[in-house]
Formats: sequence, C-alpha cells, structure tokens
Amino acid sequence: MADDIILEARNLVREYRTKEGIFGKEHVNRALKGISFSLERGKTLAVVGESGCGKSTLARILTLIDPATSGELLIEGNPIDISKEKLSKDMRSKVQIVFQNPYGSLNPRQRVGDVLTEPLMINTTMSPAERRDKAMEMLVKVGLGPEHFNRYPHMFSGGQRQRIAIGRALVLNPSLLILDEPVSALDLSVQAQILNLLADLQDEFNLTYLFISHDLSVVRYIADKVMVMYFGEVVEYGTRDEVFGNPQHEYTQTLFNATPQADIAHIKARLAASN
Amino acid sequence: MADVTQNSGPDTRFELIVNFWRHFRTNKGAVAGLIFFLTLVVIALGAAFIAPHSPIEQYRDALLLPPAWQEGGSWSYVLGTDAVGRDLLSRLIYGSQFSLFIGVVVVSVALVVGVCLGLVAGTFGGWVDTIIMRVMDIILAFPSLLLALVLVAILGPSLLNAMIAIAIVQQPYYVRLTRASVMSEMSREYVMAARVSGVGTLRLMFVTVLPNCMAPLIVQAALSFSTAILDAAALGFLGMGAQPPQPEWGTMLAESREFILRAPWVVTFPGVAILSTVLAINLIGDGLRDALDPKLKRS
Repeated sequence: MADDIILEARNLVREYRTKEGIFGKEHVNRALKGISFSLERGKTLAVVGESGCGKSTLARILTLIDPATSGELLIEGNPIDISKEKLSKDMRSKVQIVFQNPYGSLNPRQRVGDVLTEPLMINTTMSPAERRDKAMEMLVKVGLGPEHFNRYPHMFSGGQRQRIAIGRALVLNPSLLILDEPVSALDLSVQAQILNLLADLQDEFNLTYLFISHDLSVVRYIADKVMVMYFGEVVEYGTRDEVFGNPQHEYTQTLFNATPQADIAHIKARLAASN
Repeated sequence: MADVTQNSGPDTRFELIVNFWRHFRTNKGAVAGLIFFLTLVVIALGAAFIAPHSPIEQYRDALLLPPAWQEGGSWSYVLGTDAVGRDLLSRLIYGSQFSLFIGVVVVSVALVVGVCLGLVAGTFGGWVDTIIMRVMDIILAFPSLLLALVLVAILGPSLLNAMIAIAIVQQPYYVRLTRASVMSEMSREYVMAARVSGVGTLRLMFVTVLPNCMAPLIVQAALSFSTAILDAAALGFLGMGAQPPQPEWGTMLAESREFILRAPWVVTFPGVAILSTVLAINLIGDGLRDALDPKLKRS
C-alpha cells in the first residue's frame, strides 16, 4: 500500500515577516524550516512538540488556510498551491480539521443543525432535505441524537461539543482529518470516549488522521507513525515503535523523560539512579 | 455515552428572548424607560386621533394662554398656547412623531453604513483598514454638533439634511465598535473552522461573524437614538433643523425663547418632553447593556 499516499509534504517552509514600525527593519521569523513527510491512507501520523514549535502553523498550511512560503504540498498526488490558484470545492472537502478548544470552535449563534449543514450547503448541490438527513445521520454517528439538531452550542458539555466539531469535519466526507490537540481541553474520562470515537470513525470511513498533540500517552495509543518537531524542524520521524522504543534525538529523549510515569519499576529505577 | 446528557436548555429563539427578558426585567429603571418609550410610540402613531387640535392652526383669540390649571387657562388648550395661538399639547403630540422618526432614520443610516465600513475594515485590515479608520478619526476630531452644523449649512437647513448630518457625525462610533469586535471574533477558532468548510469572505463577514458582534451595537444604537433626538433638537433650536411651522421639539424651544420670562410654559413643556424621552431611552440602553453583557452571557 506504499503507493496509496494521501498527503505528501516536500520541504515545507513558512516564514512570518514582521516590521517594527513603519520604517523599522523587517524581521523574518521562520516557523517551519523545511518539513517533509508522507502519510498513507487509513493511517495516523502524530505530530509531537512543545508550544511554539510550528505545529499549528503546519495545521494551517495542511488545511489550506495559509499558503506555505515555499515547498510542495500534494494531496492524493495532486500538487496544491493556494497562493496561485483558487481551491476547488472538491479539494476543500478533502481536508478538514478539529480544533483543540471545543468552546471556541463552534459559532455561539449557530444551531447545531446549521453547524453540520453549512459545509454541505457551500460545497455540495444537495437539497435542503438531503442536507438535513445527512446532518442527522452524522449527529447519530458521533454519538449525539436527532433531538440535539436545533440546540445552540452553549447547551452542550465540552465532550459533546467536540463530538459536534468532529461531525462538522466529517460531514463533507474528507479523506484526511487534521486533529489539532482534539482532546487536551477535555477531562480524562471524556478524552478516552473521544479517542475511541475517533478510532471507530477511522475504521468506518477509512480516514487518515494527522494528530497534533503534546500528550505522549495519547500519541502512543492512537499513532501509527510519529513525527517530533522542535523549533520548526523535524527531529525525529518514524513508526511509533521506533520512536518510542529507541528515540534518537536528544530532544525526543528529554520529551519522554518529562512525561510523568507512575509505575513502580520506573520509580524504583529513578530512586536507584539518584542514590 | 456518559457525557451525552438529555439536558433541556432553551431550545427555540422564542425561549432565548424570554431568557433575555428575564435579565432585562431585573432593571426597574429600564422597564420604566421602556414603558414610557412604548407609550410615546403609541402617541406618535395615534397623533391624529389623540391631539385635540391641529398642530399648525393658529387661534388668534388665544395667544400665549397659560396651562389649564393656572389662572386664565382654558381646558380647551390643556398645556396652553404659544405666541401665535397654536395648541401646545397638540404640537407636542405631533412633535413626538418627528423625534421618533429622526431617531429611527439616523440610527438606521448610521448603523447600516457604520457596520458595513467596520466589517470591511476589520475583515480586510491593511491599507483598507487604515484609510477607513483615519477618515473616521477625522470625523471624530470635530466637535460633533459643530460638524453637523457645518454639514447642514452646506446642504441647506431642513429636517432631512439635519438627519443626514447627524447620521454622518454618529457613524464613526459604529465603525469603531464593529471593527473592534470583528477583529477579536476573527481570531476565534470557529471562524477558521468556517473557512476550512469553504465559507466565502462575504458570508463569513455577514453570517458568521456579524451576529456575534451585535450586542455592543444594539446598546450603542439605543444610546445614540437619544443623542440623535438631542442633536436634532439642538439643530432645530439653532434654526438649522426642522423649519417652522413643523412642530419639532427643538424648533419649538427656539421659537419660544423670547417668552421665557413672560410665558415659561411655552419653553418648559417641549424641554420636559425632550428630557424625559432622552432619559427613558438612555435607561433602556443601560438595561440592554446589562442584559446583553457578554461577560454575563454563557458562551
């Protein structure tokens, strides 16, 4: 299945230019310094890294919101450059995103039904009745009910809102879903439910996930491949077992050591080392 | 699905309005203002049936008649008559039509133009934003009444031109408010989510973002309604607004200022009318602000 590559990035660079005042010198801030990776259909790539390492910049480029400064982005083999040509509706539907904060990612003045039907209204030629049916179906798929169709987002808990956000992302039948820390704003029991829901949906729709996270236990649970980023660069890229089993880069090792581990063997080893 | 509760919050738009009314009702002053304002609307709409006389007919045998309860007053002219024998009560009743009309027109023009400019400035940023905001700054740099006066002097004194002038003077506040809320809303994640699902710029501006910026705009609209009435009255007083014999409250004040000592009621009643209307609308505005305050609102 090596030929079924859904997303390929070649040497992506993103620069932010800022000026101090009108006549000030221009500063170039390189948020991404040449990122390359590829992602096969149905797999999950986890992107790990500390705050400010370029994870969200990468998400904005991959969701085709911001253009990359240089480098190539291929989705299902087609090169895409949004700075040169307008995106087709078909391409727009291919990549969707779920955000970290379910309290900010839903429009407070939009009913849940409208949240789910709006993407269909814009990107498809479905009739209103078809859109409604599809939205209802999606609502059930993400574990909510048809009775939630006419409610406003503030009437839902964080976990329910994240389900709505996942439903909105999936309603266009995307092949690639960017998950920008989708569970880090939720409490632990709800985290597990959402992760299980994501795993079920991945099997059902043969979805490809790009999972951005800083939570290594979550990454270990969901990822097939892991990419570790550090100051805009990829410092480690491999399968989950390679990265977790034998971290090569110094930063990855620091990252793993920083994760609290509560098992007895680990505590004993640490005590032995400090004595 | 432990997190899927069958909670039943307010489900419909109607219940949201009920919810809003519960907040609004706690402010007694605002409710009093609203009652006064609604009464005024009824009076303005039914002026032709309520007013005892025509507002412009001059009763030559009853010049400067005092109110009915004073010595020499007559119950056929309850609030007395002015210098040319017109019934004050009828003029006040018809004047409420003008005041409300001015308020509605000025606020709608300023709101629509201001919101559009603010949305454009807040959405596109860059040099578009700079140009719009600098023009608004220039308008704000003039004392508002003076600028309105200059505009009316150029356009020619009439009620319509006075309303245009006041709308121009007021709209920078709407532009600023809209731009500020649009800019803060644009950085929220739901806006990016809308973009990812393919929402175009126009739909993003008017359908996604604008409804979330309405609360401060509604409050500003209520407060500037009263400012519009005041400014129109001031322009009328200076002879630049409604022209005699139109029974506009400010114009009535201007016509009667030479009798302020001899016949104080001619000045007092229009003044009280302006004062109480503006006060009532300001109270409503305060109540709206409390009820719509984003800090009290659940996201």
